[in-house]
Amino acid sequence: MSESGVGILADKKKARLEELAQASVEAGGVSLFRDALRRIRRNPVGIVGAVIVGLFLLVAILAPLIAPHDPYQTFPALTKNLSVDHIPGAQDGFPLGSDPLGRDFASRLLYGARQTLFVGVVATLIGLGIGVLLGAVAGAFGGWVDVVLMRLTDVMLALPGLLLAITLVALASKSSQWTVILAVAIVAVPIFARLLRGSMLAQRESDHVLAARALGVKESAIVLRHMLPNALTPVIVQATLTFSVSILEAAALSFLGLGDPDLNRPEWGALLGIDGQRYFEVRPELAYYPAIAIIIVALGFTLLGEAMREAIDPKNRR
Amino acid sequence: MTLLDVRDLSVVFNRRGEKPFTAVDNVSFTVEPGQTVGLVGESGSGKSVTSLAIMGLLPKRGNKVGGEVLFDGTDLLKLRSEDMRDRRGREIGMIFQDPLSSLNPVIPIGLQVAEVLERHQGRDRRTALREARDLLDAVGIPDPSRRLKEYPHQISGGMRQRALIAIALACKPRLLIADEPTTALDVTIQAQILTLLKELVDQSGTALIMITHDLGVVAGLCDTVNVLYGGKVVETAPRHDLFAEPRHPYTHGLLSSVPRLDSPRGERLHAIRGSVSDNIPWSEGCAFAPRCDRVVDACLEGTPPLEPTARNGRLRCNNPVPVEVAV
Amino acid sequence: MLRVIVRRLLQMAVTLIALSALIFIWLRNLPGGPIDALLGERATPERRALLTKALGYDQPILVQYGKFMQRLVTGDFGNSIRTGEPVTAVIGRAFPATVELAVAALIIAVGLGIPLGYLAARHRGRILDNLSITATLVGISIPIFFLGYLLKDVFTQGIHWFPPSGRITTGLDNTEVTGFFVLDGLLTREFDASADALWHLILPAVTLATIPLAVIVRITRASVLDVLNEDYVRTAEAKGLRHRIIRGRHVLRNALLPVVTTIGLQTGSLLAGAVLTEKVYNWGGLGTLITDSISGGRDYPVLQAVILLAALVFVVVNLLVDLSYAIIDPRVRVR
Repeated sequence: MSESGVGILADKKKARLEELAQASVEAGGVSLFRDALRRIRRNPVGIVGAVIVGLFLLVAILAPLIAPHDPYQTFPALTKNLSVDHIPGAQDGFPLGSDPLGRDFASRLLYGARQTLFVGVVATLIGLGIGVLLGAVAGAFGGWVDVVLMRLTDVMLALPGLLLAITLVALASKSSQWTVILAVAIVAVPIFARLLRGSMLAQRESDHVLAARALGVKESAIVLRHMLPNALTPVIVQATLTFSVSILEAAALSFLGLGDPDLNRPEWGALLGIDGQRYFEVRPELAYYPAIAIIIVALGFTLLGEAMREAIDPKNRR
Repeated sequence: MTLLDVRDLSVVFNRRGEKPFTAVDNVSFTVEPGQTVGLVGESGSGKSVTSLAIMGLLPKRGNKVGGEVLFDGTDLLKLRSEDMRDRRGREIGMIFQDPLSSLNPVIPIGLQVAEVLERHQGRDRRTALREARDLLDAVGIPDPSRRLKEYPHQISGGMRQRALIAIALACKPRLLIADEPTTALDVTIQAQILTLLKELVDQSGTALIMITHDLGVVAGLCDTVNVLYGGKVVETAPRHDLFAEPRHPYTHGLLSSVPRLDSPRGERLHAIRGSVSDNIPWSEGCAFAPRCDRVVDACLEGTPPLEPTARNGRLRCNNPVPVEVAV
Repeated sequence: MLRVIVRRLLQMAVTLIALSALIFIWLRNLPGGPIDALLGERATPERRALLTKALGYDQPILVQYGKFMQRLVTGDFGNSIRTGEPVTAVIGRAFPATVELAVAALIIAVGLGIPLGYLAARHRGRILDNLSITATLVGISIPIFFLGYLLKDVFTQGIHWFPPSGRITTGLDNTEVTGFFVLDGLLTREFDASADALWHLILPAVTLATIPLAVIVRITRASVLDVLNEDYVRTAEAKGLRHRIIRGRHVLRNALLPVVTTIGLQTGSLLAGAVLTEKVYNWGGLGTLITDSISGGRDYPVLQAVILLAALVFVVVNLLVDLSYAIIDPRVRVR
């Protein structure tokens, strides 16, 4: 080997190695989460979902600023032509026309985003909270605690979601917004419970838990600081999907007459299920607009959830 | 006439959002009737992709295949897919690495063997099953009648691979391609399977392409060996020559790194430094240069050409191991 | 195998009993409970006391429950508060209507869903696939009742392709045998009745089928894609087998396993969706029964019975699906 050969090779090789090191840094860290975020960003479906969800949140938050009028107020400009057979359509100052009581439909729709967000988020959070608790306890303790809790979820799962919600609402003597929220939340409980329990059980045998135990870490610390965080991501994924299902179930309950009896609240499900159906022949827009809103938002959350699910699936890692 | 003549075969993968990747770069080799040829290389060397390209089993989209694959004079790459489908299983058979996943888990083994006979030789179900029984017997599976009705998960790994060999050889093809057939098996079973393969191909005069990373497999089985690195053929030699006098530094390194029973105690194991991933993005110069002990200036400037050697082999190297150096 | 079946049956029984107990307890203890439903909210305390005693509500809960279970087992579900008829008669009329609707919807969902899912997977990334994915995602985001109204509006008001409601044109002479109108017409050779019932069935069945169809397409597609990547499909190709054989014997035979499980779960979707669809189309099945039993005063005996029936059907179907898995997947069946 000549001297110059070594020299040239050494330089080229160094440059090459630096190139490779740079590339591996750019490829991102080892963390599953960062990896997942990267993949979501590249996934067009996920982006669409995220955009929709973002817009929805924006509208809900900014409703008072964007809405042209007060959604609870009736306006003479609208009521003067109002009758059971005729509901005024778009006119000056009222871009979407009137609702059956002479209120500004556009404003009601915009404020409806808030109501819908409220119902969806609260129902999901309650369902998640109870479900995660049940599942974590069942999975962490095992034994008869597990058996009892699992029988409980079996009972809840013996009925399809909507039927269970109907049963729960029916069993309350009077409906209110809270009965709807609670009914929908309880339907979601067994799903989260199973999810958490499954995650706990899978992890109990895993190496990192065995290692922690061998090191003498207390059981409660193991559960709280090692096992629960790992279950977090699937729970978040499920939560977005549950949100989607919740607003659809709430709308169905309204349709069946089991929903929020306060017709002043412009929640989209109520707008669609009550006014929308009642006045469908007279003015179908009263149904179409809230329906489209629900469909788009439900779709957005579903897309986001699906994209996240694909992103965290270790099968997809390269 | 040469049975299989692979000329300048190239396979480039285009995945969306990534640079095109050349898995097989102008690979050429031949197989004579009844000959056993080895394709040796580490993972990433392009050996499996080569075999899939020959069989026409690459996915329909996402890759571009160039060159010629002349089987009995016909270019397989230019055939319509239906014509290639007719030849697969009948003229050319193939077995793969993992016997469990290579068998359909929900249909009985007998049917999996019989269906090749039904397809290519027009047998009806009953006759085909009878012949299947005989085939299973011929590959050394005990109690073949019972096995016909059993499912893959009910039999052992070695038996599964035997069954797959039976399937591949059922229609007496003229060429059998074996892609790492023993890698997923226990060491003791490996030897049995290799012996079986050797017997079968010797008996029937079938040509065999043995794809492997294991030199031990090659030593016992192959007449000619092609060594692949980075998608290119770097050395071709008759078996004896390759093992006695490896010329390419990679081959030399591979053989030196095999631990030997008779090496002096305390002698360190020789390993080729670096790893295959060091070379894949390397765009100019010899692909092996970053890991090579014998690199010279010329090696960094361009890929050395594949040239014939004095003893009926081929070599792609600017500074090969001199003939006197013993292993 | 037998042990597994018995164990599952026991589990099922326990679940249903627990469910019935919960419903029972809940119903009895509500402020707006059966007493109010029967007497109205303004009944005097004396009348309430009388009725309470008459109905046996003053007895300890366990005794009440015991009597309840006793009556259940003999098939006595009490009488409807609304109509006074025995609950079994009321349900007997409604049940076939819903089953007919659900079966029709299931046929559509499976008959269209599996081929579509398969084609989407085979042509992955191309137009059919992308369309399918989009359509299925929208499909599971649509409120069924809205879709029902939409279809009803388009196809029965604008264009009069289908009748707007009911199971059969009033006045049309049809003899009921099984309660499945389409079938009955065929059985009694009243083909016009059969055709008319079928005509009425189409729109509601399509509405109800939407969500199961979307889910089946998605699962089939995902499953086929997984299977297409499996080594044994590569082996089948290497054998030079004909496309048809590979598709049927190697791909579908494996890909359909998860789809079968999904079909079981979709029964739930069908039951729930039936409630909504039946209201839109005035179908007169269990769904209509549920909504009628809730609006305007709760008809507890009917409600109780329908819910338990729905739970029974759902649980049984899922059990059957699980068992069928054992039959069709040899890895489970043969040890």
